[in-house]
Amino acid sequence: MADPMKIRATLQGDVADVRVLMAHPMETGQRKQGGQVVPLHFIQSITATLNGKQVFSADISQAISRNPVFAFKVKGAKAGDEIAVTWKDNKGETRTDKTTVRGGS
Amino acid sequence: MHQTRRTVTLGLLAALGGALLSPLRALAARNQGAFEAKSAVDAMRALGMSGAAESKDIEIRAPDIAENGAVVPIDITSNIPGTTSISVFIEKNPFPYTGTFDFTAGAVPFVHLRAKVGESTPVRVVVAAGGKFYTTAKEVKVTIGGCGG
Repeated sequence: MADPMKIRATLQGDVADVRVLMAHPMETGQRKQGGQVVPLHFIQSITATLNGKQVFSADISQAISRNPVFAFKVKGAKAGDEIAVTWKDNKGETRTDKTTVRGGS
Repeated sequence: MHQTRRTVTLGLLAALGGALLSPLRALAARNQGAFEAKSAVDAMRALGMSGAAESKDIEIRAPDIAENGAVVPIDITSNIPGTTSISVFIEKNPFPYTGTFDFTAGAVPFVHLRAKVGESTPVRVVVAAGGKFYTTAKEVKVTIGGCGG
C-alpha cells in the first residue's frame, strides 16, 4: 500500500487553495538500474472532490516528477468542507485521502 | 506497450468478442494515442486540439532556467472565460504530452504541477474553453552541470 498523501486546503476568501503531495516513484520506463530498465510505474489519473462532488480531475503521464505535487483552487468552499483526492496508477493501485478545509488568515 | 489492469481486462473481453485493437482503444477513457505520441503536434492531433489559436490570456509561470530538470515547477492560470481544461505539452520530452487537467463545478482554472524536463524546450499549454482551443508557450532552459545557461 502506498503511503498516504499530504493534503492541505486553506481558505482565502471563498476560494480553497488545495495542495497535494503524493508518495509515488513515477518511474518513466527509461531509467536503468544495474543495466536493467526500471519498468514504467506512474500515476495515470487523479480526481478531487469537494463534499463528494467532483471539482478537479487530471490524466497525467510519466513526465510528472517523482512524489508529485499538485495545487488547484476551488471556489465556493467553506471551512469544514471535505476535500478528497484519489489517484490511480498504471498497475491498478489506487489511494484516496481526505482533509477538511481550514479557515485562512 | 505497458498494460494496465483495465486494458488487460478489456483485452480479454475483446479477444472473446473477436474485436480488433483499434475499437478497443476508443473504449478506454484515457487517450493512449496522445500519451504515446512522440511529438507535441501528433499528441495535439490525437486529442483533437489541432489549430488552437494563440492567446495572451494564458499565464505560464515556470523558471526561465531550471537547474534540476527532474523537478520543474509550472504554474498555469487561464484568464479565458469558460475554461474547462488545461493541457500541458513539454515539446522535447520523449513523450511530450504531460497531462490534461479538467475543472468542474467551481474549480478555478489554475493548476500547479512539477514535471520532468529532459532538455531545454518550449512548454506548450492548450486551454479548452467553450468548445474552442487556445494556446501559448514558454521556453524553459535546463542546465546540465549546474552552472550553464
